[in-house]
Amino acid sequence: MNGVFVWIDQVDGQALPASWEALGVGRLAADTLQQPLSAVIFGHQIDGLRQAAVERGADRIFCADDSSLADFRLDSYAAALSQVATSYSPAVVMAAATSRGRELIATAAFDAGVAPLVDVTALSMIDGVVHVIHPVYAGKIISEQVGRADRVQFVTTRSRAFPAPVLNPVSREVEVIALPVPAPSAIRIDSFEPTHNTVSLTDARIIVSGGRGVGGPEGFVPVRELAEVLGAAVGASRATVDAGWIPYAHQVGQTGKTVSPDLYIAVGLSGAIQHQAGMRTSKVIVAINKDPDAPILKLAQYAIIGDLFKILPALTQAFRQALGKA
Amino acid sequence: MKHVVVISKSTPDTAAPVEVLANGMVSWGIAPLVINPWDEYSVTEAMLLKEAHGVRTTILTVGPEIHSEALKQGIAIGIDAGVRVWDAALEEQDSFGYARTVAAAIRKLGGVDLILFGKEFVDLVSDAAVFQVARALGWPAFGAVSKIRSISFDGGTIQLERQMEEGRQVVSANLPAVIAVLKEINEPRYPSFINIRKAAKAAIPVWSCADLGLDAATVGGASATIRTDAFRNLPARTGQVELIEGATEAEKAQRLVAKLIEAKVL
Repeated sequence: MNGVFVWIDQVDGQALPASWEALGVGRLAADTLQQPLSAVIFGHQIDGLRQAAVERGADRIFCADDSSLADFRLDSYAAALSQVATSYSPAVVMAAATSRGRELIATAAFDAGVAPLVDVTALSMIDGVVHVIHPVYAGKIISEQVGRADRVQFVTTRSRAFPAPVLNPVSREVEVIALPVPAPSAIRIDSFEPTHNTVSLTDARIIVSGGRGVGGPEGFVPVRELAEVLGAAVGASRATVDAGWIPYAHQVGQTGKTVSPDLYIAVGLSGAIQHQAGMRTSKVIVAINKDPDAPILKLAQYAIIGDLFKILPALTQAFRQALGKA
Repeated sequence: MKHVVVISKSTPDTAAPVEVLANGMVSWGIAPLVINPWDEYSVTEAMLLKEAHGVRTTILTVGPEIHSEALKQGIAIGIDAGVRVWDAALEEQDSFGYARTVAAAIRKLGGVDLILFGKEFVDLVSDAAVFQVARALGWPAFGAVSKIRSISFDGGTIQLERQMEEGRQVVSANLPAVIAVLKEINEPRYPSFINIRKAAKAAIPVWSCADLGLDAATVGGASATIRTDAFRNLPARTGQVELIEGATEAEKAQRLVAKLIEAKVL
């Protein structure tokens, strides 16, 4: 077996933060196996990423660099990853559980004749076997799952479940292996419209989330103001999305996004079990609610009971002062 | 006739209090099993395609009798037919076995142009099946679909909008294809009481591995490449909520910020 391979999800030459977290997990797994850690990068003009991966612990770089690979297309990326898995017999192939990572790992795992271990929140190697924790039943319980040492084991890691690797900017000589460019994709990308000026919910360190208590679309204005001061992402409950107060992309919970920030501020949000499923792994939860019996208070470490329209501006001001943005 | 298939399963109701019992089994109390919540959108999308393009629709599941719940829900909403695939040997099969099982059922149905999944199965918290089924069939697959912009069953093409982490992407591919839909795609439909009564009587064929020409030993639990060893309850939240008091809103706010800084959250 040939160590641990981590596919780095990147857009325009920038790796997603969760990819470096996956590389960090890969480093620990490779050390346990006493085998090398390889970063696998597909894209176009990705020299900068190669260096970034070395600084974050990669021993070897496998890359396919071609204009046809500038954008992710599942068919050509999966062909490239399966080629690596076939030619170099890795023990473990990992990626961050981004949309692209989940698609790619599941597809390449099929080619290798296995099921992937998906969206894991903890990982250890015991006698060459991958052992993981994976939240199931909408995050209400967890499962302990294992792979098989006689197969290539494919894994996706949940965003923010693992620390980013320590940056070591010492330049090392590492082996760079250029991969053959796969056959042209049958998928056509017609257009792309980026989401501007927003922090991704799954990568966010802080989230300010609004519930039914904000009362209407305008109720998200003070929520956004607080988020802006904190550099936070804006979340929302299902009720507010269904009411059309805020786009679905902001929904946290069972039929929305699963998030795991350091700080989750729930504003006027009762915290139905479906919402909790998406945010209960947040490290610190703050509730701002007029109802002292709201379910969210059973999860929260801190709460302010009262009128959110009075509390939010005061909180925004207090954070602004504390963070030196006054 | 053009044919759209929804792949579904039954899961505990979203409000169900799921817990692990002392014997290690997963319990959801007296909560009913319902169609996987994300599949409300894939079933509705299949209905919209049926109405716009006159396609035939089928809902398919792999699992024991309890999974008929999802099929009956689909039929009650208007899906033409249900198929359940089951064989005792399939118990604890992994997504690799599941994918080959579903692919065999799709081939047996024949002439399928489009497969719809919900975003993921909420009990497994996994969408691996979407992409492994597609690979087993050799069809293109797209997750995070927020809109079918256009589809030509005769021309064999589909154009989709996808909600990616960085924004909205429009992609085109050839049919047949597999897609997994987000909640954004439509307003889900719910069955009427009368149609639920009718669907309860629908005859749903059950296909075994033998019916699909599959060797149960190679797709079932015995050949699984990953295994669940145990289920555990989440660690309980320790400590009670601390209510931040103060004479004014400003005072409460300052105290909360001080607490967060002290706890090194900021």
